[in-house]
Amino acid sequence: MTAEPLLSVQGLEKHFPVTKGLLQRQVGAVKAVDGVSFDVFKGETLGLVGESGCGKTTTGRLITRLIEPTGGKVVFDGHDITHMSQGRIRPLRREMQMIFQDPYSSLNPRHTVGAIVGAPFKIQGVQTEHGIKKAVQDILALVGLNPEHYNRYPHEFSGGQRQRIGIARTLALKPKLIIADEPVSALDVSIQAQVVNLLEDLQSELDLTYVVIAHDLSVVRHISDRVAVMYLGKLVELADRKALYETPMHPYTNALLSAVPIPDPKRRQGRERIRLQGDVPSPLNPPPACRFHTRCWKAQEICKVEEPPLLQLAPGHQVACHFPENAPAAGGTAEGTTEAAAPAQT
Amino acid sequence: MSDNFLDVKNLKVHFPTDDGLVKSVDGLSFALDRGKTLGIVGESGSGKSVTSLSVLGLHKGGRAKISGEIWLDGEELVSATPEHVRRLRGKKMAMIFQDPLSAMHPYFTVGAQIIEAYRIHNKVTKKVARKHAADLLGRVGIPQPDRRVDSYPHEFSGGMRQRAMIAMALSCDPELLIADEPTTALDVTVQAQILDLMRDLQRDFNAALIIITHDLGVVAELSDDILVMYGGKAIEYGSAEDIFERPEHPYTWGLLGSMPRLDREPTERLLPIKGSPPSLINVPAGCAFHPRCAFEGRTGGKAGTEVPELAETEGGHLVRCHLPREERRAIWANEIKPNLESA
Repeated sequence: MTAEPLLSVQGLEKHFPVTKGLLQRQVGAVKAVDGVSFDVFKGETLGLVGESGCGKTTTGRLITRLIEPTGGKVVFDGHDITHMSQGRIRPLRREMQMIFQDPYSSLNPRHTVGAIVGAPFKIQGVQTEHGIKKAVQDILALVGLNPEHYNRYPHEFSGGQRQRIGIARTLALKPKLIIADEPVSALDVSIQAQVVNLLEDLQSELDLTYVVIAHDLSVVRHISDRVAVMYLGKLVELADRKALYETPMHPYTNALLSAVPIPDPKRRQGRERIRLQGDVPSPLNPPPACRFHTRCWKAQEICKVEEPPLLQLAPGHQVACHFPENAPAAGGTAEGTTEAAAPAQT
Repeated sequence: MSDNFLDVKNLKVHFPTDDGLVKSVDGLSFALDRGKTLGIVGESGSGKSVTSLSVLGLHKGGRAKISGEIWLDGEELVSATPEHVRRLRGKKMAMIFQDPLSAMHPYFTVGAQIIEAYRIHNKVTKKVARKHAADLLGRVGIPQPDRRVDSYPHEFSGGMRQRAMIAMALSCDPELLIADEPTTALDVTVQAQILDLMRDLQRDFNAALIIITHDLGVVAELSDDILVMYGGKAIEYGSAEDIFERPEHPYTWGLLGSMPRLDREPTERLLPIKGSPPSLINVPAGCAFHPRCAFEGRTGGKAGTEVPELAETEGGHLVRCHLPREERRAIWANEIKPNLESA
């Protein structure tokens, strides 16, 4: 993948101010996203995983400029959109759309499906060959809904169908990039699979690029080409799917994978588990240096004083850890030593 | 009377509404012994939560029409007075709810809520009850339990709240514990902690545990027996091994095919079930699953007209399906299983 990335995120930051008192003095900041960098290439799917509060949703909203970043840069298709004015960014919004998690609250209950899916055409002033209605009906058919249901309201549809309406709306203007924030987590298991398959079909049919934000590691593994793992506003590991799931280097990734319940009663015994202690610390007051050190079983002194940089330890495999696992023995960098050889630098 | 610790026989819970009769649970039977875990699996609207609330008697006195029998340790609960069931609740049977934030009272400390339940069922002083509450919080892994007894629910994190909920449920040593989606609101690393905790506690307390969830992974981690529900009825019931190794109902196959799994190669495509779960006001005639069933055509037209019986296929493994047993086994072995395992 040497081609120009479709989306490039560099050192992205979002600090939400915490204010107190009558004068609303700022007393602190929630560092929801704190220096995140990655590229997304045309036609691929990047999965963004992490637990609640890790900043994955905020990252998605920053990319689409639904909220203003406090630092860093977002480059989309060659344009730096980080601080672009609303007027100039509007044409670019056609190319970049978002699918939301909750199919109940993301559709206006007073609008018909036709109005919801047709809104992008009106807002963007796009001319269609046979009128907006025809275009909307084509899209409805594309996502597996009955075009005859053009005049129905969202409450007449089931959860899975509503998510299809949401997907139809994002597809209306033939975007290049789709950010999907937990696209299936609100759906029943059997419906989840339908929507996952639909997203995959649409990708190959329409040549789409996805950033899929999810907490479900099994879904992300199924749908993604590359996966980024976030913890407390930082990227801790980024690798292609196979490498991340088979040879995870960051202890946190390892712990996440071992925590996923396996639907096989025979594996109940004898499965080696890593059990993390406690909960994710508050992003208001994250631990210094390596943010994972409070829950990490490999943490040493250095982890409390020096923040590990995100380094490429294997081709296409970036990790931010002082003591990575599964790292190639002849690590390319100073920090790329294996577990056994890693000295406690105090 | 019944030999099992918990024996539910032909339980029906119907709700009359303006739009018609909602048959949330329609003829459900299952049994459970002390020290064993039953997993109830189903999608939204399958009746799994209504089942658990009925066992606890929480639908008594409401609009629900309940019939059938629920035997708990030799006592029948459907015909018992609400007052009698109330005295059993908390003491003999207890519940762990899905969302600990809405299940706990925000105005009272966690300790006060545990103490209240404990003192209703036990004649002890406040001091003894407080000590008991702190012990329980420590038992479920809350650090500094003597201090945290006086914390309010909002001062706890999600995982700690769920632990406190479990402590509350355990306060009177219940013999039957029902957990309704106990980990759905939690992150995956915290979920693993809670599942470990529940497994340990069940071993120590030797309680009968019913775990209700839509997540087959969670069920596989904990359950001895599994009951799969669809449209208010059991469609498959057997040991965990039966359900995962030799499932015979097309809906169970569909659930297994819908799940992306970490322990297998990512297949090219998931194998979803078409359509969506039925509305309980308007359950399809015949087999409730037939409009979504891929093998409906092989039943000779019976699927749409006759409700299939829940029949034993082998050694306590029950299946509700019109397809002949041999054909079901052939379909699983030749058409379903290979697809689930293909690389």
